[in-house]
Amino acid sequence: MSKEGYAVEGRQRDIDFHLPGNQPEMTPDETRLRVEELRAYYGKSLAVNNVTLSIKTKKVTAIIGPSGCGKSTFIRCLNRMHEVTPGARVEGKVLLDGGDLYGSGIDPVEVRRRVGMVFQKPNPFPTMSIYDNVAAGFKLNGSRDRRIIEDKVEKSLKMAALWEEVRSDLHKPGTSLSGGQQQRLCIARALAVDPEVLLMDEPCSALDPIATAKIEELIHELKDSVTIVIVTHNMQQAARVSDYTAFFYLGELVEFGATGDIFTTPEKRQTEDYITGRFG
Amino acid sequence: MAGNTLYGAGTGASRQHYLYRKGIEWLAWIGMLFCTGVTVFILLMILGYVLYQGASYINWEFLTALPLPAGETGGGIANALVGSAMVVVVATLMAVPIGVGAAIFVNEFPSAQLGRFVRFLAEVLTGVPSIVVGLFAYALVVRPLGSFSGLSGSVAYAFIMIPIILITAHEAFRLVPVSLREASLALGIPKWRTILWVVLPVSSRALLTGVVLAIARALGEAAPMLFTAFGNPFWNLNLKKPIATVPLLIYTYATGPYEDWHRKAWAASFVLLMVVLVTSVLTRVFLRGKSNE
Amino acid sequence: MQGEPQVINRPLGRLLTRASGKLVHPDAQVINLGDRFFYTLTRGLAFCVIFLVILLVLDLFRGSWEAIRQFGLKFLVGTTWDPVARQFGTLPTIVGTIVKAFIALLLAVPISIGSAIFISFYTPKWLRPVISYPIELLAGIPSIIFGLWGLFVMVPVIRVLQVWLKANFGWFPLFNGPAVYGVGVLAGSAILAIMITPIIAAISRDILLTVPRTQIEGMLALGATKWEAIWKVALPYARTGLLGAVILGLGRAIGETMAVTMVGGNSFDLIHSLFDPVHSMASQIASEFAEATYSLYVSSLIYVGLVLFGITIIISLLAQLLLWRLSKGRIAILE
Repeated sequence: MSKEGYAVEGRQRDIDFHLPGNQPEMTPDETRLRVEELRAYYGKSLAVNNVTLSIKTKKVTAIIGPSGCGKSTFIRCLNRMHEVTPGARVEGKVLLDGGDLYGSGIDPVEVRRRVGMVFQKPNPFPTMSIYDNVAAGFKLNGSRDRRIIEDKVEKSLKMAALWEEVRSDLHKPGTSLSGGQQQRLCIARALAVDPEVLLMDEPCSALDPIATAKIEELIHELKDSVTIVIVTHNMQQAARVSDYTAFFYLGELVEFGATGDIFTTPEKRQTEDYITGRFG
Repeated sequence: MAGNTLYGAGTGASRQHYLYRKGIEWLAWIGMLFCTGVTVFILLMILGYVLYQGASYINWEFLTALPLPAGETGGGIANALVGSAMVVVVATLMAVPIGVGAAIFVNEFPSAQLGRFVRFLAEVLTGVPSIVVGLFAYALVVRPLGSFSGLSGSVAYAFIMIPIILITAHEAFRLVPVSLREASLALGIPKWRTILWVVLPVSSRALLTGVVLAIARALGEAAPMLFTAFGNPFWNLNLKKPIATVPLLIYTYATGPYEDWHRKAWAASFVLLMVVLVTSVLTRVFLRGKSNE
Repeated sequence: MQGEPQVINRPLGRLLTRASGKLVHPDAQVINLGDRFFYTLTRGLAFCVIFLVILLVLDLFRGSWEAIRQFGLKFLVGTTWDPVARQFGTLPTIVGTIVKAFIALLLAVPISIGSAIFISFYTPKWLRPVISYPIELLAGIPSIIFGLWGLFVMVPVIRVLQVWLKANFGWFPLFNGPAVYGVGVLAGSAILAIMITPIIAAISRDILLTVPRTQIEGMLALGATKWEAIWKVALPYARTGLLGAVILGLGRAIGETMAVTMVGGNSFDLIHSLFDPVHSMASQIASEFAEATYSLYVSSLIYVGLVLFGITIIISLLAQLLLWRLSKGRIAILE
């Protein structure tokens, strides 16, 4: 495979070598991530207890719950970011297209290239320009060809709906942007790596309502090309952007289902209490 | 688990690049480990050598006897031990009021520009070479008095200690919660009493630590003693006359021609190192005790 | 859930304490007699510090005035130091000082920053003090002990190294000096490197620990290896502080006296190779001052001290300006 070929068609490449041979046709509702009996610890304290759920391809799955319920910890387990925290560890399985992310011999570095992440607070790299921020992850695969990188940066910024706003300022530092723009820059940065799944950990909690609306709009557009898992403490947001919703409470998965069902006819009492604002 | 083995594998160029990145990661880790190893190894080598050489010579006579005339084996460094102690005590008496007082001003009257400037100045002063401090004390004390003296050595030490005391004291005061001050002020107690009765006692441990660190630092300085305290092979308790100090004695003995002197230099280094190590460990234990409260 | 790392909160906490401290203690409250007296007293003591610095500068100028009048700025470029002919120029020692300091930096910077990276990023939290405490300890050892160790343990080794280098690489100009002494530029640089490594390492570690976790995680989440995250994100983020630490080390290396006096060699000639013995400014003052027999001689040595003070104070200023924001207080405690 030529260097250019795999760099431009990054997504193609990923599917290529992770799912060789008789690759089944993807149906829209197919499971992309399967979480089985996941337990996450900080030292001795259990933050996520025995969670099992499936995340569907090219859908938005929202994780809701009161603060401290383990929802952030949970999605950090999905791309092995949890273990970066000192003293943290994980038990259980997370299957990405059938392969266990926590299987032996699996390199978290590779996992994170397939499962991207956007953080709570926008964290553009202050010493890099907008351009370099977007290219930072992409360049790790060894691309040196400027045309390919430029192309990728433009495509990613367009996907993140930021291109028009920054096209003339690409050399400016990423931190010169507004908070909402910074967050979209971080989304572009994550998209540039061609992840199959994009995790968003309360991506709007540090943003104003207008910037939040833009991100939500973006999520709608992105789900055509990438599977999204979003943690939010804002129930309206979950209702607006997601297809599936999982409700977490005290580290446990209380209820999981289609967003419409969860918000209209929840099965569990706790879920109903939470979405009607009776606690949390 | 068919898909499992494929992570990080891939084929062709991407596989190669992945291995390259892993290689760099590994090399970096080895490199950093090497650096740390070198640093720690050198430390252990120096410590070990001084302890080994020094401990084999040190005895009661060495600590309590006066030096014998050059070339004769035996004798001790009692005069230098006492001299160092005297010079540093006087230096502490000079440095503590200035350092702590200035730190009080810096912290308790924060709206004054002067305070911030003084704090910054102290920070810069820690970078003044000790030999220059020696020149300063020479010009300030030795020249007017017309003779080398322990007192001029104290002035030099004090100059080295002031910025250290100022900075540590300032940091100590900063950690005193505002609520404590407020509680005192709310009782109608004037500010100066609040500072003396509340702020100082609460931060006393950290303050003491700072002073001890400054003393340990000064005790090891030889350069400023070269033309201030000057050194003295005899017993002297008069600070207006030249006086022996341990670090300068090490220098004299180390650069001297006698084998016995060299051994004495190691033994004296052992004593000096012990003082530094013990204060360092003690202050650490002391500060840790504080954070547990 | 993950929470911000402690290190980020600390400056903010200080800022808040400070801000609210201001509310509680405006200077306007200094009204009663006791408070007014106390204010004046402590302000006087603060002025004392400034006064001492001014006195130091004045003293150095007054002491070196005779030499300044006699030689002017030519003193700095003169290559003759001849007390008998009453001719003083200090270029060789300035060059000697700077060359030694830079070679020391060359040796110390990779080692010290490498150690700092290892301690900050590759060491589990519980192990950190076990490694970093000895390094802080090394920073506290008096320079006279480094000198002693250097003279009796390191110099013989260096001498062997020099003989070998000269025999095998003698054609290389830097190795074409007298290989017999052991003491010289190489030994001086080596002992300086050993002395400044713990200082740079300890400050760098503190600075690297202030790099926000979110920054490093941001890079890791893109599928970077740990080293890539450190190299591309953490180090650039901390570059100002690291530069400050390095410059601080440079200042120490330039001003260091005793150890260099003992192993750097005492010669007044311009150096041509790494084996040549040569004075540093500090060692020149240290070894000659007590023997200076007439006032122009003394004055010339104080002039050297003035130049040394000027260079180190500028370096120290620069270092503190770079570090000021980042880690107040730690620096002085370390030394």
